[in-house]
Amino acid sequence: MAPRASQRKKVSRSVSSRTTRAAPKPLKKSPKKSPRRDPKTGATKSAGSKAKGKGALVKGKAKPTGLYDSAAVRLITRQVEKWAEEDLARMAQKAPLRKESFETDSGIPIPDLLTAADRKGEAATNLGLPGQFPFTRGVQPTMYRGRLWTMRQFAGFGSPADTNQRFKYLISQGMTGLSTAFDMPALMGYDADHSMSLGEVGKEGVAVSSLKDFEILFDGIPLDKVTTSMTINAPAIVALCMYIAVGEQQGIPMAKLGGTIQNDMLKEYIAQKEWIVPPRPAVRIVVDMIDYCTKNMPKWHAVSISGYHIREAGATGVQELAFTLADGIGYVEECVKRGMKVDDFAPRLSFFWDVHNDFFEEIAKFRAARRIWARTMKERFGARDPRSMQLRTHAQTAGVSLTAQQPYNNVVRTALQAMAAVLGGTQSLHTNSLDETYALPTEDSVTLALRTQQLIANESGVDRVVDPLAGSYYVEYLTDEVEKRALEYIRRIDEMGGIIRAVEEGYPQKEIAESAYRFQREVEEGDRVIVGVNAFKSKGGQPIELLKIDEKVTHEQVERLKAVKRSRDDEKVRAALARVESAARGTDNLMPPVLEAVKAYATLGEICDVFRKVWGQYRESGAF
Amino acid sequence: MAEQTLRILVAKPGLDGHDRGAKIIARALRDAGMEVIYTGLHQTPEMIVNAAIQEDVDAIGMSIMSGAHMTLFPAVMDLLRGQKAEDIRVFGGGIIPDDDIPRLKGIGVAEIFTPGSSTQDIVQWIRSHIPDRA
Repeated sequence: MAPRASQRKKVSRSVSSRTTRAAPKPLKKSPKKSPRRDPKTGATKSAGSKAKGKGALVKGKAKPTGLYDSAAVRLITRQVEKWAEEDLARMAQKAPLRKESFETDSGIPIPDLLTAADRKGEAATNLGLPGQFPFTRGVQPTMYRGRLWTMRQFAGFGSPADTNQRFKYLISQGMTGLSTAFDMPALMGYDADHSMSLGEVGKEGVAVSSLKDFEILFDGIPLDKVTTSMTINAPAIVALCMYIAVGEQQGIPMAKLGGTIQNDMLKEYIAQKEWIVPPRPAVRIVVDMIDYCTKNMPKWHAVSISGYHIREAGATGVQELAFTLADGIGYVEECVKRGMKVDDFAPRLSFFWDVHNDFFEEIAKFRAARRIWARTMKERFGARDPRSMQLRTHAQTAGVSLTAQQPYNNVVRTALQAMAAVLGGTQSLHTNSLDETYALPTEDSVTLALRTQQLIANESGVDRVVDPLAGSYYVEYLTDEVEKRALEYIRRIDEMGGIIRAVEEGYPQKEIAESAYRFQREVEEGDRVIVGVNAFKSKGGQPIELLKIDEKVTHEQVERLKAVKRSRDDEKVRAALARVESAARGTDNLMPPVLEAVKAYATLGEICDVFRKVWGQYRESGAF
Repeated sequence: MAEQTLRILVAKPGLDGHDRGAKIIARALRDAGMEVIYTGLHQTPEMIVNAAIQEDVDAIGMSIMSGAHMTLFPAVMDLLRGQKAEDIRVFGGGIIPDDDIPRLKGIGVAEIFTPGSSTQDIVQWIRSHIPDRA
């Protein structure tokens, strides 16, 4: 049978070629002695052949060492050849494979079999130990044996009082960190009473226009006892200043505030599309904030470099990794240009990944991310502090993978994705709720999502072991492949003149749109099965309860805003806004004048209007 | 060709930046041989209706994920009526709960496509429901 013959050929070809493609180059000469008996000989010949990171590898005291014994590898290689010729071919004759070839969601080919032979050049230094460079195995030596990941459910809807209540509920249910979602008007820098805010107040997050709203949002929550994440970007500087001001009111100095503000503008132009001004001034504000936080807020993460939105917009896992790390490189470059020292600010950079369906590829993505970042920081930016090289990350299960059909299936999807994030070594996690294709989650559904994490942490046993998939031939293969492909994108972006330039030219945007369209075609053509959508459909839905945002939120917010404007000192506001404008036009750090403006109860919209006035409103071309 | 080319405005009203769906629809309609104009993000109802009239389109397809559909669809319908352009049909999609669909159809929205609709369903629906105004 023709397929069998071609299958056989393909098998033997893929087995032999794979070793050169995926793993470091094969040895020119097999070392006579096994690395175990003579590590020095084995070391130089096997692992040093990998080009990337070579300089770093040979510098250290310990010479790199191949992980697998060469005699054993030779034996396995012979066994695999025989297996492919006989067992695999016989099986293919009896029952052909379900598909001609298999690949990951990012298009990485999945071989018929991987063995130690495919890892024969594996360098110990490629993995490192947990908590050691290049941090492939995790950023902490003990990982979850020391401390579980932070369970951080993103919450925000309706009025600040509604969200405050939800925060307190989640804390009472065992959540260990706050995470704030803002509504669309806030994210775009408009107050609740702006005409652009029509119909959107409190809908997709909490409505916030002035410091008054922040005071209500965090009422009764001691800011020195929690860490808070705020998902806001274009007006991030305003939100951070409001948080600092609330802290001051509680008697907590900014140096003691712990948390993260997303503040990743580059991914806004790439994917999330909530912007105010063009990329260059936007990045300048980001750098102002990193600079200020480095000096004044040692427990604060001034930016969370985010792949989540890039993935949700349609990127593959590899693209998510590549564009996000490229964004990170962009910020580091800008900070260095500003005169900041890498080891002063880099330890506070943090990341945010999406966790999608392809279980092993997702785990590989987390591991590859840490390795690329560690090497980039050390070799490209000359970081010396290991903390500068550690990629610490938050993760969220993939909202885009949830389906409106058969919504209870989403609980299972989320559990699998959460498991991948944990096996990948995340520091913090949000699990999506089953009803989120339709609306923000109800209290019941968000509780189930939190319980999913608590189950993984307390019942599955994965909390007891550090990086349990290290050494899995498949996971290590995928880690290498994901890394290689991401580095290729990063190289292309460097050639274009860096990520800001690439974003201005729409390069990542176009790549993502292509992937999104391809994905949709695959679903419609049945090449990609989505349970309950294009297969295993059931008649009639199970209706689920949805959270409705009360329309009176808009009215309340507008009334509160009016009251704030009536009671504040207008002269003080005008003067403060003038100082914001003058800093924006010059080179002074924007944080101090924005903080002053916020404390004078200048509104989020008023401060963002100054930015619009100075730099103009950004508009994207409507290319598709 | 016997059939005139349909002109469709794909519009993204409101503040939400989730344009994955809108762009996929725009591309699928173009691939199906229609002329497609995409407004880009963050459009007001006024901007959308003006673009539809200026571009002389046969229909407007609006994508809304933000939960603002019960405000934005009526605003567009009112403006079309005000401009005597009710012959431009309006359809839409996005995160729109089932309960809201009859209410939207009640104000004249021709069809709502919910998550999971295939682009081919949408193409077919347009071909059979959108009369060519030319």
